[in-house]
Amino acid sequence: MNGTIVGVFVVLFGCVTILGFVAARWRPGDLDLLHEWGLGGRRFGTIVTWFLLGGDLYTAYTFIAVPALVFGAGAVGFFAVPYTIIVYPFIFMVFPRFWSVAHRRGYITAADFVRGRYGSRPLAVAVAITGLVATMPYIALQLVGLQVVIGAMGIGGQGLAGDLPLVIAFLILAAFTYTSGLRAPAAIAVVKDLLIYATIIAVIIVIPAELGGYGKIFAAVAPAKLILAPPTAASLGAYGGYATLALGSALALFLYPHAMTGVLSANSRHVIRRNAAMLPAYSFVLGLLALMGYMALAAGVKQNPAYADGFSHYGNNFAVPALLMASFPDWFTGVAFAAIGIGALVPAAVMSIACANLFTRNIYKEMIRPDCSDAEESRMAKIVSLVVKAGALVFIILLPLQYAIQLQLLGGIWIIQTLPAVIFGLYTRWFEPRALLAGWAAGIASGSWMAGTLAFKASVFPLSLFGYTLPGYAALYSLIVNIVVAAGLSLIFNAAGGERRDETAAADYR
Amino acid sequence: MSEKPSAETRRRRARWPELLLLVPFLAVLWVPSYNSVEPQLAGIPFFYWYQLLWIVISAGLTLLAYLTGE
Repeated sequence: MNGTIVGVFVVLFGCVTILGFVAARWRPGDLDLLHEWGLGGRRFGTIVTWFLLGGDLYTAYTFIAVPALVFGAGAVGFFAVPYTIIVYPFIFMVFPRFWSVAHRRGYITAADFVRGRYGSRPLAVAVAITGLVATMPYIALQLVGLQVVIGAMGIGGQGLAGDLPLVIAFLILAAFTYTSGLRAPAAIAVVKDLLIYATIIAVIIVIPAELGGYGKIFAAVAPAKLILAPPTAASLGAYGGYATLALGSALALFLYPHAMTGVLSANSRHVIRRNAAMLPAYSFVLGLLALMGYMALAAGVKQNPAYADGFSHYGNNFAVPALLMASFPDWFTGVAFAAIGIGALVPAAVMSIACANLFTRNIYKEMIRPDCSDAEESRMAKIVSLVVKAGALVFIILLPLQYAIQLQLLGGIWIIQTLPAVIFGLYTRWFEPRALLAGWAAGIASGSWMAGTLAFKASVFPLSLFGYTLPGYAALYSLIVNIVVAAGLSLIFNAAGGERRDETAAADYR
Repeated sequence: MSEKPSAETRRRRARWPELLLLVPFLAVLWVPSYNSVEPQLAGIPFFYWYQLLWIVISAGLTLLAYLTGE
């Protein structure tokens, strides 16, 4: 255990905890109303939204796992960069419409929109459940980021005592989310980002200088991993996986409830458009962080006996903490570790709030207590946010990490199946709700099956067409199945005629 | 209430910058166009600096679409 690193980490963590509780009084609102607790009263301007979405989307797990993937697999791991390049033009074009209709009709979740647009309870519940199931393993993975830095600092012992720091961190998180709602992660995100930017600037200046320049860093990478394997006569090779992972992940990202929550808490549609131009700053940081995988290779941290224990515990996820410890003085390593640890709190808080909004509004109020009061609705959401986090904590302590990773992989395949109902729905009411539900089911089934054939270990499915293999992200392939089914059945149902319910009007989307 | 926006309002709200937003999709999804080590930039292989550069270009195009839109 290193006193300086732990000291800096604990002090910064303590400051953020206080900030989380004080945040309840920031731009005060009646926290007994769900949109006040769960959307910050839809009052966040351009800058706060930038910090909140940045903290929400570029998570602690990302900061650990993306460099770890580059460290282990090379160029393939860099797909996170094209992914975050194309996501913003997509957001820019599509999500102002979503914000407008949600604002005008008082929707706080995607399922609310689907309920209003199609008047279909089964379809809305399907969208809500998909969001819940896809997000929960994601919360669990945030703990992994926290766990790795706690492990790197060497606090805690073996067995359950070893998990004590993690439990404490999560109790803190649960408490301030309960009292302050979305205001807490929004305030904390500002601090977290200042720490992240300080860390990354130090990394790109100090580490290449220590290692003898970028040329030396890339020379440490095996030539076969430096770029993607080109296609052969029988297969498109790594090209298909790389491009489809980027496109599929970009389409899926903003369907996640925590991303929706970030979008809907903005105070105008212009805030979303401005942020689509400003959020790429984080993508740039992510790209530089990805290169830390190669820096870790060049620094030879895996061969260093001091880190052998960490690598045996956490695998390649230990690459970034090891590199930081090897390259920086202890006090700065403490700052960097705090950035990662606090970076886990922000998305975990927003995700649990998003799950709470979904469950309360679209399942509890819809199916169980239709006449519940506003205060009861808000109270229920606060309790659900606790339950969701407790579930994530138990999951990560008691079950092998592999399960959380596999479930999160499946979550990406599932969440994209809500795209036709939500995104197409922003433009047209042509699709029939029963057809969308059938398409959703077909997409979930085919996508899960594809992942199953890969033993849930990978998500790039080797599709064979006329003897040529087209490897592609299972989420994208199953989305095509979904769209074909939904469009085909809509043709049939629409031809049959019948009542068409839609509480929204064309003007709501502008 | 008019059925469609008049030609005049359409002209006032330029649409072409939004079409430019499709360019980043083509640039980064067409993988063979950048899957190479050379030309390097300060020791960084093309594959990496080219994609990092597109983050900046894409943000610039989005900003342009914002400034000329609504």
